[in-house]
Amino acid sequence: MITRGFRNKRQRPDPSRVPPGQYVTSDFPVLSAGPTPRTSLDDWSFALRDVDGDGELATWGWKEFLALPSTPIAVDIHCVTSWSKLDTRWRGVTIDALLEAAGLDPPAPYVTAFCDGGYTTNLAVEDLLDGRGMVAYEFDGAPIEPEHGGPARLLVPHLYFWKSAKWVRGLQFMEEDEPGFWETHGYHLRGDPWKEERYAGD
Amino acid sequence: MPTAPIAWRSAEVREIVVETPRAKTIRLEVPGWPGHLPGQHVDVRLTAEDGYQAQRSYSISSPPEEDGIALTVERLDDGEVSTFLTDELRAGDRLELRGPLGGYFTWTAARRGPLALVAGGSGIVPLMAMIRHRAARGSHVPTHVLCSWRTADDVIYRDELARLAAQADGLEVTHTLTRRAPVDWRGLTRRIDREMLSERLPGPDARPLSYVCGPTAMVESVATLLVSLGHAPDRIRTERFGPTGGAR
Ligand SMILES: Cc1cc2nc3c(=O)[nH]c(=O)nc-3n(C[C@H](O)[C@H](O)[C@H](O)COP(=O)(O)OP(=O)(O)OC[C@H]3O[C@@H](n4cnc5c(N)ncnc54)[C@H](O)[C@@H]3O)c2cc1C
Repeated sequence: MITRGFRNKRQRPDPSRVPPGQYVTSDFPVLSAGPTPRTSLDDWSFALRDVDGDGELATWGWKEFLALPSTPIAVDIHCVTSWSKLDTRWRGVTIDALLEAAGLDPPAPYVTAFCDGGYTTNLAVEDLLDGRGMVAYEFDGAPIEPEHGGPARLLVPHLYFWKSAKWVRGLQFMEEDEPGFWETHGYHLRGDPWKEERYAGD
Repeated sequence: MPTAPIAWRSAEVREIVVETPRAKTIRLEVPGWPGHLPGQHVDVRLTAEDGYQAQRSYSISSPPEEDGIALTVERLDDGEVSTFLTDELRAGDRLELRGPLGGYFTWTAARRGPLALVAGGSGIVPLMAMIRHRAARGSHVPTHVLCSWRTADDVIYRDELARLAAQADGLEVTHTLTRRAPVDWRGLTRRIDREMLSERLPGPDARPLSYVCGPTAMVESVATLLVSLGHAPDRIRTERFGPTGGAR
């Protein structure tokens, strides 16, 4: 439906880089549901948890985590609130590297990422492997600011950015795909920006 | 279980109300509107003749008790969608929207216990839906509203807030101006700070449910201060109206 009087005043975004319905911003908007949690690095740890929830398959403290092999990455990110940011630069530990360090094969096909502040989001393990997912701790060459998820956040750039859980503290393996925080509040279970999987049913 | 997609609907603009020199309320008739909860938003999609589309989120300012829905949009000088909505849109025009969206930053009168609503600028919009709903339902839950504006001209819903507060049913409204205040201004004149939050809002012992909405920097600062005053983080809900997310 054409909107009377609406004209395109901006440069049309490059459709090979910017998914439908998104606009490019040079800003870095912040969206989250509650106050920014602040955990001291001494108390921080990252865990891989088994399907039953209590078995920890592996954990790393902050210093151990920094000692893991890290990878730099430059990617475009896409938020469900319709901004995209191009060429963002991060450094972190890929999920492949984490599994390797733990000597693990993924024990189940899904995970729930859990975070300080109680946030959760669900992901298919497949979406995290082959370099497609990492736990990032640097943005633009500096530690990630708390409001952007620091000290560490998930980074899954090929999905809408709510999947890139801030303040992440671990991954819990799941046999079934179970909705996390925003997914139980009407957002899509997977969230592929290229298919505009914004809300449940899209 | 597969869910049906949330449909794009064609809404008709019934009326445009000038709220301030920078903000307008758009009253819409939305055929098939399924109803909403105070605090929810819609996504608005604009389409140019050449097929170009732009899409943004706008909170609903009207309570569920009213027919249709109302959005209140603040004009950003070099904004793309807000300038169209505030400069160009007229009664009788049609807009595409989908919703209601967002099920977390919501409040209904079924919830007891005190309420603390903190707004920066257009962040008042979803809070106003809660305030209007509270009034429509005759709820008396103690409700403290603290709003920060740049200048007195920017105050949205000023008369209505004053009228509702005058009903003496537990609603208290405080305005603060951060840039310039007229000589006869009786409210506060500084950014929201720790002292203001502890003086104007119920304390942590009262276990209020807090809703904070506005520009990112303001929401960050208020939510952090509330936590430092002893409010439980899980009783503080925030909505940040990105963009303007600070440097990084
Ligand atoms: C859940 C939610 C609810 C919201 N509710 C409301 C509401 O009730 N009322 C309301 O007014 N807003 C609300 N917003 C904000 C709203 O969605 C828009 O972000 C806002 O209206 C600005 O959109 P715009 O298209 O006018 O500006 P944009 O075009 O997005 O620009 C925003 C700012 O960024 C700068 N900018 C970005 N890109 C460019 C560019 N290419 N060139 C130049 N400058 C640029 C501009 O300086 C401008 O000031 C809400 C946001 C969210 C996420």
